[in-house]
Amino acid sequence: MDKEPILTKRMHLPGSHTLAVYESVGGYQSLRKALAMEPAAVIDEVKKSGLRGRGGAGFPTGLKWSFVPKESTKPKYLCCNADEGEPGTFKDRVILEKDPHSLIEGMLIASWAVGIRHGYIYVRGEFLDQIKILQGAIDEAYAKGYLGKGILGTAFDCDLTVHRGAGAYVCGEETALINSIEGKRGQPRLKPPFPAVVGLFGGPTVVNNVETLAAVPWILERGAAAYVAYGTEKSTGSKLFSVSGPVKNPGVYEIELGYPLMDFLNNECGGLRDGTILKAIIVGGSSVPILTAAECEGARLDYESLQQKGTMLGSGGMIVFPEGANMVRLLTRLAKFYAHESCGQCTPCREGSGFILRMLEQIYQGHGKLDDLDNILRVANNMTGNTICPLADAMQMPVVSWITKFRKEFEQYIISGQRGTGARHG
Amino acid sequence: MTLSKATATKLDELAARYPTRMALTLPGLYLVQDEAGWISPQAMIDLAEHLDLSPAYVRGVATFYTMFRKDQVGRYLIQVCTNLSCQLMGSDTVLACLERKLGVKPGETTADGKFTVVEVECLASCGTAPMMQINDTYYEDLTEAKVEQILASLG
Repeated sequence: MDKEPILTKRMHLPGSHTLAVYESVGGYQSLRKALAMEPAAVIDEVKKSGLRGRGGAGFPTGLKWSFVPKESTKPKYLCCNADEGEPGTFKDRVILEKDPHSLIEGMLIASWAVGIRHGYIYVRGEFLDQIKILQGAIDEAYAKGYLGKGILGTAFDCDLTVHRGAGAYVCGEETALINSIEGKRGQPRLKPPFPAVVGLFGGPTVVNNVETLAAVPWILERGAAAYVAYGTEKSTGSKLFSVSGPVKNPGVYEIELGYPLMDFLNNECGGLRDGTILKAIIVGGSSVPILTAAECEGARLDYESLQQKGTMLGSGGMIVFPEGANMVRLLTRLAKFYAHESCGQCTPCREGSGFILRMLEQIYQGHGKLDDLDNILRVANNMTGNTICPLADAMQMPVVSWITKFRKEFEQYIISGQRGTGARHG
Repeated sequence: MTLSKATATKLDELAARYPTRMALTLPGLYLVQDEAGWISPQAMIDLAEHLDLSPAYVRGVATFYTMFRKDQVGRYLIQVCTNLSCQLMGSDTVLACLERKLGVKPGETTADGKFTVVEVECLASCGTAPMMQINDTYYEDLTEAKVEQILASLG
C-alpha cells in the first residue's frame, strides 16, 4: 500500500502485542478522544468514514451501531466475531497475535458509542495461542484502567470477556455466535428480530468482526475524512487480504480498497511460483464465486468492482489456483466442508449439502453421469434463499460458479471415466 | 459423582462474567475435557447438575461442536487440514506420511493408544499450508521431512 498503513502499522514493532508498545505509538489516545465526545458523535464519525463490516457481509458499521435503541431495559452487548473459519481466511488471526490492543480499544470505543458495558470476544476454539495473547492484553488493559470501572477517570464502565468457540463454522454467523455464547447449540436464529433489538441474553447487541473493530481507533484518531481518503468512493479505507496457494509470498497484506487484483498478485504476493500458471482465484474466502484467470484481468479489490465481476470481497481470504489443479476433487472436498458444517435445522441446507456432496463424490470416484452436473446445479439453486442463515448460499456460490466456469473439466472428467484416488473425506 | 473441585471453582469464578448459568456450558465442557482428555457421559451429567441443566441439554450442546471429544483419543491427537489451500499445497503428502509412519488411516488410533489421526476443516493457517495441529499446537509449512521430524520428537 502506497499510503501509510492503518491496520498493520504497528505489526512490525517488536512486542507489538504489549500495552507498553501500543501506548508508545499513541495507543488508547483514540479512546480518550472518544470519551470526550458525545456517543452519537462517535457513531456519526464512524458512519461518515464509510467503514463496512470486514467479516464478509460488508454492512456499514456506523449504521449497524445506530440501529441499537438508546434506551433499553435490558443490558446491551457487543460481540466481537473472532471465529475466523472461512476457508482461506487468516487475517483476524494476525490482529489477535500482533495488535490485540487495537481490537480492545476499538471495542471500548464501540461500547461507549452504543452504551454497552460488556463485550464478548468469540474466538475460534483452535486459536489457543491467540487467546493467550488476547487475554494477556485484556489483563494489561484492566491493570492500567482501560477496562473495568471508571475508565480513564470517567463514569464509563466496561468489561471484556473472551469466549472460546468449539469448532463450528456456522458460529461465524452472528445469531449462531450469540447462541453459542449463551451456552446453546450454535444454530442461527430467524431474523427479525435483529440482534440490534433482541440479541445476546435478550438484550440489544452489536456483532462486529475483529478487523472492523480494529479500524475504529484510527478513524477516531484521524477523523472520517482521513479514512475516506483511502479506497474508492463507496468502498472506503483499507482491507486485509490473506493470500494462500502457490504464490511466492503468501501471507496477510493490507491494501487500499480498489487496488487492481493482478497488481496485488504480481507485486505484493510476488506472483505465482516459478513454473506455475494461474488458473483461477477465489478473492474473498471459499464461499464467494470463483474467478477464472481471464476474469481476474481488470478486477479491482473493492465491494462494487467485485460485485460487477459476479463475485464478492467477502472476508478477503484469497486462494490462488494453479493450472493443473483438479477442480473435481477440490470442489468435492469443499462440498464436504459445507455438508459437515451445516447446522442441520433447515431442510434445504441439511439435505441439499449432503446430496451435492454425494453426487460430487460419485463423480470423483468415477461413477458420474453427465446429467449429474445439472442435477447438482438444480439442487444448489434451490438451497439458496430458502434458509435461516447464509450457509446454504455459501455453498451454492462455489458449487454453481465452479461447475459453470469449469464445466468442460467436469464433463471431461466424467466422460474419461477417471477414478479419483486419495480422496479422503474422513 | 460430581465435578472436580478445581473445575467447580473455575466455573464459579467465570459465573461473574455471564448473566446466566447456561452460558457456562461451553467453558464447562472445556474444563472437563482439559482435565480428563475427553468428555464422558458421566461428566456431562455432572456438569449438567452443576449448571442446573438437564443432562440431555448438555449432551445436545456437546455433540454439536466438533472440538468436544465424546470419545477417547490417543495421547497425541493429530489433526490434518485437508481443505482447499492445504490440499493445493500438499496435504496429501502429510497424510500419506502419517499413514505410513503410524500405520493408521484418518479416524484411527494407533494400537498403543499414542496417536490418533483425523482430518479437519480449515484452521486459518492457509498462508503456511500444509499444516497440522497436534493437541494444542500448530505445525505449519509442512514437508515430509518435517512431519517425520515432528513425529520423532514426540517419542
